[in-house]
Amino acid sequence: MKITGAEIIIESLRREGVEFMFGYPGGVVIPIFHHIHTAPFRFILSRHEQGAVHAADGYARASGKVGVVIATSGPGATNLITGIATANMDSVPLVVITGQVSRSMIGNDAFQEVDVTGITRPISKHNYLVQDVRDLARIIKEAFHIASTGRPGPVVIDVPVDVSNAEHKFSYPESVNLRGYRPVYDGHPVQIKKACRLIEAAKKPVVYAGGGVVISNAHRQLRDFIRKTGIPITTTLLGMGIYPETDPLALEMLGMHGTYYANYAVHHSDLLIAIGARFDDRVTGNIATFVPNARVIHIDIDPASVSKNVMVDVPIVGDCGRVLAEMNKIVKAPKIEEWVSELTELKRKHPLSYEDPGRGRIKPQYVVEEIYRQTRGEAVICTEVGQNQMWAAQFYKYTEPRTFISSGGFGTMGYGFPASIGAQLARPDKRVIDIAGDGSIQMNIQELIVAVQHRLPIIVAILNNGFLGMVRQWQQLFFNKRYSHTCINFSPDFKALAEAYGAAGFRVKKMEEVPEVLKKALAITDRPIIIDFHVSREENVYPMVPSGKSIKETIMRELA
Amino acid sequence: MAANGRNENGSIHQYIISVKVENRFGVLARVAGLFSARGYNIDSLAVSATEDDGISVMTIVVKGDDRVIEQVKKQLNKLIDVIKVTDHTESATVQQETVLVKLNAIPKNRAEIYQLCEFFSADIAGISPKTITLSAKGDPDKLDNFIELIKPYGIRELMRTGRISMLKE
Repeated sequence: MKITGAEIIIESLRREGVEFMFGYPGGVVIPIFHHIHTAPFRFILSRHEQGAVHAADGYARASGKVGVVIATSGPGATNLITGIATANMDSVPLVVITGQVSRSMIGNDAFQEVDVTGITRPISKHNYLVQDVRDLARIIKEAFHIASTGRPGPVVIDVPVDVSNAEHKFSYPESVNLRGYRPVYDGHPVQIKKACRLIEAAKKPVVYAGGGVVISNAHRQLRDFIRKTGIPITTTLLGMGIYPETDPLALEMLGMHGTYYANYAVHHSDLLIAIGARFDDRVTGNIATFVPNARVIHIDIDPASVSKNVMVDVPIVGDCGRVLAEMNKIVKAPKIEEWVSELTELKRKHPLSYEDPGRGRIKPQYVVEEIYRQTRGEAVICTEVGQNQMWAAQFYKYTEPRTFISSGGFGTMGYGFPASIGAQLARPDKRVIDIAGDGSIQMNIQELIVAVQHRLPIIVAILNNGFLGMVRQWQQLFFNKRYSHTCINFSPDFKALAEAYGAAGFRVKKMEEVPEVLKKALAITDRPIIIDFHVSREENVYPMVPSGKSIKETIMRELA
Repeated sequence: MAANGRNENGSIHQYIISVKVENRFGVLARVAGLFSARGYNIDSLAVSATEDDGISVMTIVVKGDDRVIEQVKKQLNKLIDVIKVTDHTESATVQQETVLVKLNAIPKNRAEIYQLCEFFSADIAGISPKTITLSAKGDPDKLDNFIELIKPYGIRELMRTGRISMLKE
C-alpha cells in the first residue's frame, strides 16, 4: 500500500519512539500537520518557532532523547536558526524538519522560499534536502542516527511540499549505512595505559569534566574513577551535576566565573585530565598561560576537539563512559594527600560568597541559594544567559546530571524559558525552575501561554535588576562605567503580565519576603509562576577572570 | 611540544589535500564552507570521478596556517559525506594538471613557439591569424616553467584546471 510523504514522516517518527514534537504550522507543511493531528505523539504548539526549537532542545537535554521540531519554509525555518546553532554548539541531538516549496519552484524566489540547507550547513551536524519521496524514510532513519550518536547535534531535513504529497510504499530501514560516518567509541588501549601511568605518577592532578560526560551518561563511571583515584574534580558549566558539588573533592565550576579553587587547581596542576570537555575560551582564559606546568590527557569522542585549543599529551578518542570504565579496571591511585589538603584549605578560605546584609534589597545570589534550600537541590534548573546564568551555576549545588540546562557555547539569551517547557515535559516528576534575568526573559516571553495551556508548573525566577547585567558589569569594569543601552528599568509589570497570561505572578522587593513567596510558588502545581525579584541593581558576578587574562588576574570581589 | 599544554600558532604553508567524498549534491558546498568560514581562499580545486561511481575525489590546494589546516582536516573528516581525507603535502605523489594558454603569435614567432611546445610536449590546440592556443599537461612545476618561458610572447588568456594528485603507493 502506498502512503504519502507526510504519512511516511509520521510513521517514521513513531518507529523512532518520538513522544513529543515541537513546532508551528505554515503553508508548505499543512500536508504533514494534516497527519500530526492524529499522530501517536504529543504535539506542542509554540508561539514562535524559536520557542519550539529551544523547547525541543530542553527536552533533549533533560531526557537524553532526541528532540523533534517542525516549522514551515522561509520565515518559519529562519526563526529556528538561533535554536539550531545553540543545539549545535552544545552537542544536543535534534531532528529538525522544515517545509520547503515544491521542487519545481526551488530557486525561483517562490513565496516563503529560503535555502534552508545552505543556511543551516555550518550550524548543523548534517542536513538533507529530500528530493525523492523514496528517500524519505531512509533519511529520517539516518537523521536520528546521526543526531544521537558520536558527538550529537542537530540534523535538519528540508522537505519540499510535493515530496510530502507524493506517494510511496513505506518501509522503514532496520539500519543505516554511512561509510563516511563511523564514530569511534572504544579508546585505544595503549593510550589508556599511557594515561593511567601518568595519573599514577602525578603529584597535582585535577579532573576537568564537561558536557560530554552528561551526553554519554558516564557519570557513574566518572564517580567510580574519582572514588578510585581520589583526584579532585572541576566541571564546566555544562558538566555540572555529573559529580556531586557537595562532595569534598568537588571544586565546582572552573573558568571565567568559576570558583577560585577550581581555577587555582587547574593552573597549578601537573596533570590535567580533560573528559568530555573542549577547552572553551571561557574555561581557559588566556590560552598562553593556561596550565603552564601540566601534562594533558584528553578523553573525547570528537577527534576535532583534541589539540584544537590546547595541545594534548595523551589524546584518547572515544566515548567517555567506555574509556573511563577501561581506566577504572587498571588505574591506581596517585599519592596526592598534600595536594588535596592544599585545595581543601583553599575551598575553606575562598568560598563563593557575596555581601549579605540579611535584609532590605534582595541579593540575587540569595534567591538562588533559597531556591536550592527549598527544593533540596532536587529541581531541574534552566537558565537564561548572563549574570542570572552564572549565579545559578555558582549558588545552587548540582548533584545529578541533566538537572542544569543552559546555553553554554552559544550563550543564547531567551533560551531558558522555552527550554524549561521541554524539560518539564521530559521530567513531569521534577520541579523545573528557570532562573532568568529581566532582559533574557523578554526574548521569548510569548512562550508563557504554552506553559499555561499545558498546565506546566514552571517557576520563572526573574532576577530583576533593571539592567542587561552582564554587559553592564563589563561596562563598569572595562568601559569606564558608560552604561550604553544596558539600563532597561523601563520594563513591563511582570506580575500583571503573568496574570494576563493565566499564570501566577508575584513581586518581591525585600530579602525577608523571599522564602515565603518561594514557598507559595512551590505550592502551585497547575500553572506556571513568574516571580519578579527586584534585586540589588549593580551586583556583579565574582570571581571573574577578565576575558583573555590569566587566572592570576582574577577579580575576587568588588574593588572599593 | 605539549609539555606546557599550550598551543602555539603555526606557520603558513601550502597544502595539498585529497578528499574522497560521496558523489552527491551539496558536498562541494560543505567542503568549501570549511575553508571560506575561516577566510581561506582555495588556490585550486579539482573535483573528479573515481573508480567507484558513488565516490568523487576533490584535490584541494590551499595556503594556510598549519594549525588551522590541521583543524580543517579534522572538520573535513567529521562531515558525514566525506569518506576519507589524505594530506598529500609531504607524501610521494603523482600530480597532473592541464593548462590552456592563448598567445599572441604573429607568424615570425611561431617557429620558436613550436620548439618550446615540442620540448614541453604541449599540443597546439588552436590557431587563428593572430593567436595560437596551446595545451600542456604535466606536473604543476613543469607547467609553471612552461608558462614562464612562453610569457614573453604575450599571454592573452590562460587557465589551469587545478591539479589532481595520487599517492604513489
